[in-house]
Amino acid sequence: MLKKLRRILTAGSVAMAVWATPLFAETQLRMTWYNDGIEGEVMRSLLDRFEAQNSDIKVTLDVVPYKSIMESLPVQLAAGDGPDIARVTDLGGLSKYYMDLRPHLSDAGYWEKSFGPFLKWLRQPGDTSAISGFMTQLTVTGPYVNKTLFEQAEVPMPGKGATWDDWAKASKQVADKLEIPIPMAWDRSGHRVSGPAIAMGAKMFDGSGEPALIDEGLKRMTQRLYDWHQQGIMAKELWGSVSGSTYLGANEDFTNAQVVMYMSGSWQIPQFAKNIGDAFDWWAVPAPCGPAACTGMPGGAALVAMKDTKHPEEVAKLMDWLAQEENLAEFYGRTLFIPGHLGLAEKGVDFDTEDPRAKHALETFAGAVPGISPTAFDLQGYVYNRVMFNALISRLNEAIMGELTLDQAYKRMEQDIQQQIAEKKRGS
Amino acid sequence: MNSELAEHSQFKDAETGQFNPKSLIIWPLSQLFRFIEWPMKRIQNLLGLGTMPYIFLLPNLCFFGLFVVLPLFVNFAFSLTGGTNLYLDERAFTGTEQYAFLLDCGNYADPLSCREDRFWKGLFNTAIFITLQLTFLVLFSLITALVLNKKIRARGFFRSVYFFPVLLSPVVVALIWKWILLRDGILNAWLVELSFDKILFFVSPAWAMFWAIFISIWAHMGFYTLIILAGLQAIPPDLYEAAEMDGTKQERIFWRITLPLLWPNLLVVIVLALIKGVQTFDEVFVLTGGGPGTATQFIVQYIYNTGFTNQIQNFGLAAAASVILGVVLFALTMFQLAATRWKDNG
Repeated sequence: MLKKLRRILTAGSVAMAVWATPLFAETQLRMTWYNDGIEGEVMRSLLDRFEAQNSDIKVTLDVVPYKSIMESLPVQLAAGDGPDIARVTDLGGLSKYYMDLRPHLSDAGYWEKSFGPFLKWLRQPGDTSAISGFMTQLTVTGPYVNKTLFEQAEVPMPGKGATWDDWAKASKQVADKLEIPIPMAWDRSGHRVSGPAIAMGAKMFDGSGEPALIDEGLKRMTQRLYDWHQQGIMAKELWGSVSGSTYLGANEDFTNAQVVMYMSGSWQIPQFAKNIGDAFDWWAVPAPCGPAACTGMPGGAALVAMKDTKHPEEVAKLMDWLAQEENLAEFYGRTLFIPGHLGLAEKGVDFDTEDPRAKHALETFAGAVPGISPTAFDLQGYVYNRVMFNALISRLNEAIMGELTLDQAYKRMEQDIQQQIAEKKRGS
Repeated sequence: MNSELAEHSQFKDAETGQFNPKSLIIWPLSQLFRFIEWPMKRIQNLLGLGTMPYIFLLPNLCFFGLFVVLPLFVNFAFSLTGGTNLYLDERAFTGTEQYAFLLDCGNYADPLSCREDRFWKGLFNTAIFITLQLTFLVLFSLITALVLNKKIRARGFFRSVYFFPVLLSPVVVALIWKWILLRDGILNAWLVELSFDKILFFVSPAWAMFWAIFISIWAHMGFYTLIILAGLQAIPPDLYEAAEMDGTKQERIFWRITLPLLWPNLLVVIVLALIKGVQTFDEVFVLTGGGPGTATQFIVQYIYNTGFTNQIQNFGLAAAASVILGVVLFALTMFQLAATRWKDNG
């Protein structure tokens, strides 16, 4: 009996050793990813192709909720226990964990040429040359409207150059006529508010480049947002129903035709195309204007390599392969994302959709890129921009819900920003 | 197979000489005990019999020390530091600066006069929550236990029904109720059916606090009802029989017999519910997200937001707030011990 057991164990050990040998021979990479739409599937198919061409490298795609990217990933990285590669949106905030790919790239010039203006978003302050990743999508904030509701209500849609006030008035008219519960909804996000605030004249920074959130331009926009909530143009249940800087989108309400106008961004296109389809005409409209500009905020997600990786060569090989024009063309085309690759932006991407609404939305947002205010680009590239966004949305929300006056909210916004940045500087 | 094993004496039954399946567990254990017997005897000889209980407690104490006591000290150490680095040795020492920041107030009754107003709002909201939740939780648990202690029809079924929500995860509880209470939820559908207007429960601070308290009571009442029920069943029935024979009114029986004898259980319920109330986070976070505004943002959510959700993750400030919360909980525990001793001493 015991002899038999010994034989079985010996045979098992030999089998394990034989099976495990190729595993030890190949490099395992981990990529942390989140999904807005179908981009996880598209990335997996690209990775499968990469693995077929590079049999010594296996890539595990860990798909996590967006909340984990914002809250858990920074802690993982700080503990030195992060993935090899990750898809992030806090581009500058995590830059101290990024790897500089240049020593491992055969053609760093291609990266500079293709991703030039976006590479600086991924660099640490003072660094002018590191290459750490590329944009999986360039996003632009802007509004969508339910065109069908405008037609049914026989209210003309405001045209090119229309202001936020024009749109607010028209949306309210439509909602009143058709008894739609929410005339206008904005994502609960400081990033979303910043574009219109810049349009109203907000400068965001002082002469020395330090954050200076509160000025007359910002006040013009926040006063409007405050008034619209009190007047019922915007629903308190979206911004008011949570606290702090918690993000809330109105995409589901818009999909269910409960919203006339929805301020969000280009990343909603794939899911609107999928979930709304031809149920109604959802229409992207150019960013409404203010006295200073007609601008949204740029942004997006980047795929970045992490410096704590144990396999820098393999990581760089994978990043370089994914960044090649033909692979990115496929990625952007299938995911319906605005390209963050200058060559593809110039040539145009063959988007994989027959939906005229999606095509129109992609054209609208892509066309908005040249008109984005330089202030908006500066804000997007500022390393502590989320501190500003979070202070803006959380304190404005407290004012809207009647806990603070607007003036008290402005003071608190400034204090929050100063205190958090001072805390950051104290530790570094 | 069995006959093969039975060939070995360790697997044989001592009386029948047949293979004993239990021996498959007993034999390895006996080998293990034999293995540790010698060192244990040596330790006993060396340290004396009186030390042996501590030796047996040592493994548990190690785990407790590693996962409870050590984090307490680490948390306290973090509260004396600043910056955003994760490792303690890389953080800047700030002394009591974080505490001074949290406690810097013009008027402690007015959170808006405080430098860190959200900490104080969190404390105030928690105080309002636990005052109301505790009062009604104990009241409803007591009433339910009294009813379930009577000989009513389907008593076993009702006992299970009241306990069932305790088995649910707080996140599940919050999500179920959120779907009921949303603008297009079941409750508003009923209101519309009955010709009332929809109520936006999560926009009104009063309604949001009401539902946070109501759901918390609904979710946890079963547990406390069970404790009170056990206390009720421990009251000797002859006391009630004697009172009935004397013609004592039910109301007097409750105040003079039931309540005094139930008091130790009620005290346990009050203190446990109080501590649990102070720690409330997950249910309310999923249900209201702390809103509207900051109306249902409790102290634990403040700590979570400060330490984890902000771009600048302020571990030092979050740790200082945790220490203050820990002191409050410690004071409540001391109160429980003092109250129990006071009761025991008459």
